[in-house]
Amino acid sequence: MTTEPRTGGHSTPDPTADALVLPDCGISRRSFVQWLGAGLLISVGAGPALAQRSGGRGGGGARSVSARVHLGQDGRITVLSGKVEMGQGARAELSQAAAEELRLAVGQVTMILADTSVVPDDGTTAGSRTTPATVPAVRQACAAARQLLVELACRRFGVQPGEVVVRDGQIAHAASQRTATYADLAQAGETAKAFERAIPAEIELTPVQAWRVLGTSVPRPNGRDLVMGTHAFPSDVRRPGMLYGKVLRPPSYGARLSSVDLAVAQALPGVVAVRDGEFAGVAAPTSLRAREALAALATTARWEELPQPSSSEIYDYLRQRAQGGVPANPFTAELAAAQQVLRQTYRVPYVQHAPLEPRAAVAEWEGDRLTVWTGTQSPFGYHRELARAFQLSEDNVRVMVPDFGSGFGGKHSGEAAIEAARLARAAGRPVSLTWTRAEEFTWAYFRPAAAIDIEATLDATGRLTSWYFLNLNSGGAAVDTPYRAGAARSRFIASNSPLRQGSYRTLAATANNFARESFMDELALAAGVDPLDFRLAHLEHPRLRAVLEAAAQRFGWRERVTARQPSLGVGLACGTEKGSYVAACAEVTIDSVTQQIAVRRVCEVFECGAILNPANLRAQVQSCIVMGLGPALREEMRFAHGKMLNASFAQYRVPRFSDLPELDLHLLARPDLPAAGGGETPIIAIAPAIANAVAHATGTRVRQMPIRLPEAPTA
Amino acid sequence: MMEATIQFTVNGQRRSVTTDPARPLVEVLREDLQLTGTKVGCGEGQCGSCTVLLNGRTALACQTPVAQADRQTVLTIEGLAAGATLHPIQEAFLAQGALQCGYCTPGMIMGVAGALLDKPQPTAAELRAHLEGHLCRCCGYPRILDALERVAELTRRITP
Repeated sequence: MTTEPRTGGHSTPDPTADALVLPDCGISRRSFVQWLGAGLLISVGAGPALAQRSGGRGGGGARSVSARVHLGQDGRITVLSGKVEMGQGARAELSQAAAEELRLAVGQVTMILADTSVVPDDGTTAGSRTTPATVPAVRQACAAARQLLVELACRRFGVQPGEVVVRDGQIAHAASQRTATYADLAQAGETAKAFERAIPAEIELTPVQAWRVLGTSVPRPNGRDLVMGTHAFPSDVRRPGMLYGKVLRPPSYGARLSSVDLAVAQALPGVVAVRDGEFAGVAAPTSLRAREALAALATTARWEELPQPSSSEIYDYLRQRAQGGVPANPFTAELAAAQQVLRQTYRVPYVQHAPLEPRAAVAEWEGDRLTVWTGTQSPFGYHRELARAFQLSEDNVRVMVPDFGSGFGGKHSGEAAIEAARLARAAGRPVSLTWTRAEEFTWAYFRPAAAIDIEATLDATGRLTSWYFLNLNSGGAAVDTPYRAGAARSRFIASNSPLRQGSYRTLAATANNFARESFMDELALAAGVDPLDFRLAHLEHPRLRAVLEAAAQRFGWRERVTARQPSLGVGLACGTEKGSYVAACAEVTIDSVTQQIAVRRVCEVFECGAILNPANLRAQVQSCIVMGLGPALREEMRFAHGKMLNASFAQYRVPRFSDLPELDLHLLARPDLPAAGGGETPIIAIAPAIANAVAHATGTRVRQMPIRLPEAPTA
Repeated sequence: MMEATIQFTVNGQRRSVTTDPARPLVEVLREDLQLTGTKVGCGEGQCGSCTVLLNGRTALACQTPVAQADRQTVLTIEGLAAGATLHPIQEAFLAQGALQCGYCTPGMIMGVAGALLDKPQPTAAELRAHLEGHLCRCCGYPRILDALERVAELTRRITP
């Protein structure tokens, strides 16, 4: 049982910085304010209203300089953002953005992320938006702060801003040999006033040619805490008197709780049991006691179960429930005139994100004030959600998001926070709630299943004359073809998913690209043309052509595709989404006995404009390829009658060391273009490249993920 | 439930916990001793996040009842560095950027530590084989392999 207050959270080399992120962890609010310094600073005690909110959809939610940048009396710069860090590299990238414009080293910037009582609302951390939206917003604010400091210094010196140089937190006027550090300027009352000004809409940012910090491989700022095990993830937050919670889950989807007896659970020492409508749960001094209490609760629970579909019938189920029906191909003239008509359906199952840290939250009440520490991609979304759920004013809610154990689009929601808050309110003590792996596999939302119909026509010269593409259920991301395909229509049609579904790294772009790029190979085969040539003949977009040609060349496509070897195949695929471009070539081998597919080599070329942090971008691209191997080859949620059949890592195999192919990655740098995010799109080319390689090796076209040959036993 | 008093050495310190002896070691470390560096990724022995050293051998702390640690020696990630000086394995992970979210990192590092105690001068491939039971959901395996190369190279410089 925890009784000692403990300071946790993100750390920097300065130990007092812990207080910035989790200032309630044994550090008084007063010391938080003191640490930040006087004058420019918000008072945390005054509540979240002072952190400016401006919608934040655009990824840059601060209006005044002081809402984004704080200058401590010691000259220390603290930058605030509503983005979260979950392994994708936002903390490094945003620190670089600030350091660049303030003419500092990265280590001189303290970055506070996702504490809703102090940071601006920069929107959900999703859609690869941190790079194109929040990085520019942070740069703007920091450039504005630098300009203000330069103006103040110049007024002191009696010189013009063009006559001074800013370097390492110091403004120098060479001719008069006068200098003013940021710390010197922080002492002045006028500085605080100046920082209250709005961030100008038009402000000159450091041009890419002059970057010193952006464009370099800055490592994770709190990496040292991660390798030492001292960083407190949401599931590691400890509070005085804290209990451990568990929630009673239904036996199947849609089941309703008709009755439950709390008495047996409550009789266990130290246990609090709660029922509130459909919600029932327990809190106990240890996790083991909580599991025992939950088991006691479960034995008394009575449920009303409802009929539910099974994964074996899911595609028919979704098709039957297509909203407005499945419209027929309108391109009747092209169909009539075609030399060849091809029509196929591709299927993609539900998969789980399976972040290594499951959903976790600690909730603590002080009267009507609720504080939660949780791992969510949407801190302000869950700030508002908690206020609604408990009928609190938004000022009485504080959400803090310590850097957490991955998300992949799977943690837009904050269920654990609401559950922990319910238990904490009943218990009158802080409650920590971490979902089990089985809960994460069963009750977290899924990447949607999809049935994708494509019909296309070729003329006598092997040119596409029409293209009709329907995604049933999974979404419209990258639904439009990047190819010149004649008369073209691509649509997403919603259905009625029996499972809770939501976003996943690059949303439906993976499913849509799997279907489209597989079908492009089928069309190439029908036209009697090499798949690379077929694509290039229909592709105008220069950036997509560039990555495709580069990948084919690095891989040695032309020689490899003609040199046939038994049980070995090569395939390629490309695509674009979220302003970035990817192409991949894959080499696979097929085990002649088991028909198991092994991916031996992947060559991928990726381009997302200017590169802000090459090492981090490379890590994201590697990560996308290897993560993408999972749904490409093995991952699928199987369920029957509303129950998951493979809700564990033993039964749902995600990529491991032994699955790692040889990787040849190339990042095409385009410093002349704005930076787009790179943590999602690199995933979309791997599955179709593998499917195409399998078809090349075997002549068998697999039109579903995971890609398995008919003879192979199911995993 | 009967409680028992478990006495063991954790990160060089004598510790005593009176508790249900069936509790998984990882929960006693995290809930009673505040050693939250050891993570729980699955609770089913499939991910390696809870790896600690029990008498110098890697153990999955989610699968180890605390009773098994009675009068034994446990090393967790918090005990690996010498004060502010990182252990070379930690240095290697940091230097190679072998972490993304970092949730698997303590378990990976302790897995490597166990492998080194098993064989002081392993190859990177042998280290990798030791980590097959470890999951990185960020799929940062290439960088982790870089760190293993670095660790293997460091051990080759040591004259036994």
